[in-house]
Amino acid sequence: MEGPNVFAARLFPQDNFFVSGHRACQGCAEVLAVRMVHQVLGRNTIVASATGCMEIISSSYPDTAWAIPWIHVAFENSAAVASGVETGLDILMKKGKIPRRRIQVVGMGGDGATADIGLQALSGALERGHNMIYVCYDNEAYMNTGIQRSSSTPFGAATTTSPAGKQSQGQSTWKKNIPMIAAAHNIPYVATASPSYPFDLVAKVKKAMKVKGPAYLHIFSCCPTGWRMKPELAIAIGRLAVQTGSFPLYEIENGKLEINLPTPELRPLKDYLKPQGRFRHLDDATIAEIELRVQAEYRKLERRQGQVL
Amino acid sequence: MSADPKGVLTGVHFLDGDHACCEGALAAGCRVVFGYPITPSTEVVERIARRIPTVGGVFVQMEDEIASSIAIQGAAWGGQKVMTVSSGPGISLMMEHIGYAAMTETPCVFINVQRAGPSTGLPTLAAQGDMMQARWGSHGDYEIIAISPNSPQECFELTVHAFNLAERFRVPVMFMMDESVGHMTERVVIPNPEQLKIENRQPPTGPKEEFLAYRPKKNMVPEMAPVGAGYKIHVTGLTHDERGYPVMTPEVQHGLVVRLVDKIRKQRDQICINEEEQIEDAEVVIVAYGITSRVVLRTLQMARDKGLKVGVFRPVVVWPFPEERLRQLAKQVKAFVVPELNLGQVVLEVERIAAGDAKTILVPHAGGGLHDPLQILQVVEEVLR
Repeated sequence: MEGPNVFAARLFPQDNFFVSGHRACQGCAEVLAVRMVHQVLGRNTIVASATGCMEIISSSYPDTAWAIPWIHVAFENSAAVASGVETGLDILMKKGKIPRRRIQVVGMGGDGATADIGLQALSGALERGHNMIYVCYDNEAYMNTGIQRSSSTPFGAATTTSPAGKQSQGQSTWKKNIPMIAAAHNIPYVATASPSYPFDLVAKVKKAMKVKGPAYLHIFSCCPTGWRMKPELAIAIGRLAVQTGSFPLYEIENGKLEINLPTPELRPLKDYLKPQGRFRHLDDATIAEIELRVQAEYRKLERRQGQVL
Repeated sequence: MSADPKGVLTGVHFLDGDHACCEGALAAGCRVVFGYPITPSTEVVERIARRIPTVGGVFVQMEDEIASSIAIQGAAWGGQKVMTVSSGPGISLMMEHIGYAAMTETPCVFINVQRAGPSTGLPTLAAQGDMMQARWGSHGDYEIIAISPNSPQECFELTVHAFNLAERFRVPVMFMMDESVGHMTERVVIPNPEQLKIENRQPPTGPKEEFLAYRPKKNMVPEMAPVGAGYKIHVTGLTHDERGYPVMTPEVQHGLVVRLVDKIRKQRDQICINEEEQIEDAEVVIVAYGITSRVVLRTLQMARDKGLKVGVFRPVVVWPFPEERLRQLAKQVKAFVVPELNLGQVVLEVERIAAGDAKTILVPHAGGGLHDPLQILQVVEEVLR
């Protein structure tokens, strides 16, 4: 079950540590991703979570969805708190206060908490080399406060602070490439994943657990509410994002880049944009412009396939 | 000077406080806003994002509040009227730059739609817990102006006024809304542009070669040179002389910091705005600001129905505090009753001023809701018993 297209549901980890009773919207692929990640990470895990949807929907007393130790911190510092937890555990083990065993420390945040306000804390944690996993659940805008653009919002998407209208075509900047920024820290493992490809995701979380030092996972998290689309299309959209080259699945292991689902023939970008209300205002010329850029980025990635970055 | 008609949405509207605040900023001539989403202030920037391009302005969503609060100051030195918008945790992140604005005398407006804290607290519920932070939050001695509106109409009018004060005194103005005022929808009347009084920073009057960027005029405020007009300016957070150059001596430090403080403290009479209700014969005066100043009107009515001699005093501008008027009142009344949506902040100022003349009683509320008018009435009755 190492490949993205292998389907063997019975091999999927069965125990849930992110359980039912949360308040996520219908069709939320982010919460699905969180559940899958923690199915793999298992019981011996401590999570530091930034402010965001996942905090709000999972932790309001008495409905907590977390069956493992979990701490909510501020918006900008889950990577710093995870660093502290990891260091604290290490000291306690060194001093013999707690038995030495593997406890996985995880920092998590959305795209705003990772790419914008929390980038400094993330960079610090990756540079210091803490033995932790940082997971960015990327739903491409600030959804918790009601759909504001982030630096991870794709070009052309309408949000409440990048509205589409006479003066604006929605988001006017290109999506910030956080996985590559993480990789530039020369950490042992960086990967992109998507809950639309659960087995690929599971394999990547497993790899992230095995490395010594920091691992960074960037997970595509379709948000039907914020993307103005039908909730039942969440998984399909995740697949289209990969098939059109908008969100390629790849990993960088000890510097070596591997595209996990090579797509030499990219699907037309329109297939991906059309079902989403946030792109409804885009005309054909703009879509063509975006497609050019998306495909160029994908070809760039293809040229680096198998190379040590 | 009257307002630029482009930014004035003249007419009768049904708006919430956040949206009215946005219209106030545009009417005041604000054309550059940097912001970051945070409940319950997001509606301000959402409306700004839609409206400001239509009046020739720019909204930029920054990567965090730290960046927003200093980017506005870059734009202010570029000649623009600017503001940023946030709430509790975001305002906490901005603190270093509020001190910077006070030190560099950069005109700018900080909208704070207060929510209950500390930390993340209650993001969607009201509080008035940032009043002392607004005044003292950054390190060192400085003074700011803080305004506390209690209705969407005031969110419009007083936002215009906030910009005027920022421009006149070259000081950061904290606009202390709260979640209830921000999310309350009421009738808002926006007048014609010529009915709005708009103030702008004082440009240099003397010859260019004699211009000193921090030489105070009679009102203790230096003239502000437009960028690119050939005046020599130097902007720094370090202690600086009248030229703007850093000087590390106690004398220059004293001269500068005392002026920064005095330009507000000693010109309080030009800044303070108060409202008084039935205060002439009052034995007990309720001191309330922001949303609480509306809650206490019900208390006042109930008290008067019972024949109790009660009045209400409302500082519309909270910082600087209306010391003189309150000192007069302290000689007239038995006690001040101070309900606040915090555990005692502005009450400390009232107590300091009234000490020896009148009692001061706090009616605390940790936030997340509003006071019950009855609860305040009970305190008033107890005092009068």
